[in-house]
Amino acid sequence: MKHIISVLVENKFGVLSRVSGLFSGRGFNIETISIGPTLDPTVSQMTIVTTGDERILEQILKQLNKLIDVIKVTDFADKEFVEREMCLIKINTPQEHRSEALRIADIFRARVVDSTQKSYTFQVTGDEKKIEAFIELLKPMGIKEVVRTGKVAITRD
Amino acid sequence: MSNKEITGAEIFLECLKKEKVDTLFCYPGGVVLKIFDILYAQKDLRIILPRHEQGGVHMADGYARSTGKVGVALVTSGPGATNVVTALATAYMDSIPLVVFTGQVPTALIGNDAFQEADIVGITRPCTKYNFLVKDVKELAQTIKEAFFIASTGRPGPVLIDLPRDVVTNKAEFHYPEKVKIRSYNPTVEGNKRQIKQAAEAIAAAKRPVAYIGGGVILSNASREILEFAEMTKVPVTHTLMGIGGFPGTHPLSLGMLGMHGTYYANMAIHNSDLIVAIGARFDDRVTGKVEGFAPEAKIIHIDVDPTSIRKNVRVDIPVVGDVKHVMVELNKELRAIKEPWDAIRKSWQKQIDAWREERPLTYEPSDEVIKPQFVIEKLYELTGGDAIIVTDVGQHQMWAAQFFKYDTPRNWLSSGGLGTMGYGFPAAIGAKVARPDKNVFSISGDGSIQMNIQEIATSIENNIPVKVVILNNRFLGMVRQWQELFYGERYSSVDLGSTPDFVKLAEAYGAIGLRATKPEDVVPVLKEGLKAKKTVFMDFVTARYEKVFPMVPAGASINEMIFGEEKKKEEKKLKVVR
Ligand SMILES: Cc1ncc(C[n+]2csc(CCOP(=O)(O)OP(=O)(O)O)c2C)c(N)n1
Ligand SMILES: [Mg+2]
Repeated sequence: MKHIISVLVENKFGVLSRVSGLFSGRGFNIETISIGPTLDPTVSQMTIVTTGDERILEQILKQLNKLIDVIKVTDFADKEFVEREMCLIKINTPQEHRSEALRIADIFRARVVDSTQKSYTFQVTGDEKKIEAFIELLKPMGIKEVVRTGKVAITRD
Repeated sequence: MSNKEITGAEIFLECLKKEKVDTLFCYPGGVVLKIFDILYAQKDLRIILPRHEQGGVHMADGYARSTGKVGVALVTSGPGATNVVTALATAYMDSIPLVVFTGQVPTALIGNDAFQEADIVGITRPCTKYNFLVKDVKELAQTIKEAFFIASTGRPGPVLIDLPRDVVTNKAEFHYPEKVKIRSYNPTVEGNKRQIKQAAEAIAAAKRPVAYIGGGVILSNASREILEFAEMTKVPVTHTLMGIGGFPGTHPLSLGMLGMHGTYYANMAIHNSDLIVAIGARFDDRVTGKVEGFAPEAKIIHIDVDPTSIRKNVRVDIPVVGDVKHVMVELNKELRAIKEPWDAIRKSWQKQIDAWREERPLTYEPSDEVIKPQFVIEKLYELTGGDAIIVTDVGQHQMWAAQFFKYDTPRNWLSSGGLGTMGYGFPAAIGAKVARPDKNVFSISGDGSIQMNIQEIATSIENNIPVKVVILNNRFLGMVRQWQELFYGERYSSVDLGSTPDFVKLAEAYGAIGLRATKPEDVVPVLKEGLKAKKTVFMDFVTARYEKVFPMVPAGASINEMIFGEEKKKEEKKLKVVR
């Protein structure tokens, strides 16, 4: 099972390795992890996507809580939330594919952020399903590179 | 408070004084010279120079375990720092409060592969409760305050502070904070009232309850509450290796140790119980045996300060997160209110346990030809009346010391339970003797383990810290040999230690006393002489080589599937006594 966990941590040197070390040291998975500042400059926010059964998730949550630099842990399992991921995709665009690529991008509300004679780079935002579907459709044209941010998520009020 | 600026080295010393540290185990080197220069003139701390940094931190650990205070050590950067890793991991696994300072290259050089640089904060992150790299002398006092706070609260543990050379030499005003508050660190102390009430009801309803106590009882100084609990509710008590002394070993309700080398009756009681009250214990695999077969009919109450211990290895029905002492006080209150006729409701269970006790008591085959290791421990118990601090290494001797000596009070048994560190015992015994000079401190060791930190004889002699070392000398890495005998077709690979060194001469070379016993009738006289000795003494007991520790739960078996020692093995008869 996939889980999204949001963690507020002290914005201190070494915090990321404490968190990632916890996962690697205990054989837990990290599927994606993203980190950014919050309104309070002393606090950072991490969104971690992990997999495991209920018992493993319970351990992960408890172990995260136990880390001295962790201020708050939120498990999104029983919450309403919005998740988003951003992805940059560079594709080959020989002349015959260029308009088709733009048409697909339009459907997914992706934007062209860079363009050359031979390539486009798209920026697309959405949940995991949307991004995967977009990548699938572009594949036949020849994808040169994909860079994803990993998920961020926020609860609904 | 004066506004005078002082160096980081002076701040270091002032902070230790504020924390009422009375002993510092420390080993010098380049980047910490400034601190040692300050230590030279001061009179508040006892300074002890070990002969190896690992030994120094094990000493601080022995000091901490035998008193409950925080043990403090200081070493230099690079190799000094990497030398303490095993000792930190040892303390971490057993939740022992330490503050260990390491020197570091100047901040400007960090990351440059400078001379004697090691990323010790990175290296020790998984084996400390927390660690700090101090980057500015202005943060030093606050950091030290936080380190002592973190080490000694919640589930205790070792904390490391890395001190770059410039932080030690630069100056700042000294203010020691009165209090610390770390917003992200708030260990739970009080247990949840409702859960405690549920626990009390379950205890009253149980027909076959067992209390299973671990190191948490010692760490939170809760042995009085455990005694009150057991005597009121008549619940029999078994303990882990770390829980030894948490409940009097001679008490009629004591079942002794459980687990891999636990007693038959403790393991049978656990296996057949309908309620386990786990207190400050963590269901280690050495205790549970095969988890799926563990106590199949039991409900489990688990009291522990660390929520991550709960439901980590076994299912738990009633979890109570909180400091063991606080929770036990509350639980006892609830139980007193229940007023069951405790004696009556426990009668048949007690009878069953007594039957198991009679069926297979803890025993061994005596001999009047060769020294049985268990006999040495028995005699030591008789001669000291149990009034001693026993510190062990790791191996068969450790198990015999746990089985055949009886511990009625906490903090008189020190052993590396979680990590199982050979070489822990002797330095830890030195640390314990420093902390409690009025007690006889025995380091019970094996011929293998003792050689892992034997250099510390010099420390004990030079600093006049007399420790009594009992070597159960089987000329083998005995515990490994036992496994090879039982599970690897007697292929004794890399376990024969031969008969070197001569421990008597070795002790004498260091200026200590050396004694040897080779026959059963030597045992008592050697122990008596050792007891009288005023300085460190090595007692070399040349024991039966092929003796095994029983009962034993083989790896992967359930704890009711014990094996015993009756099937006397042929090679025990063709014993060769070396020398
Ligand atoms: C540092 C370390 N290395 C290896 C081991 C594995 N080990 C466990 S017990 C043991 C044998 C110990 O021999 P000795 O000290 O002579 O004790 P005995 O079992 O013979 O009583 C070994 C090698 C360990 N526990 N610690
Ligand atoms: Mg041995």
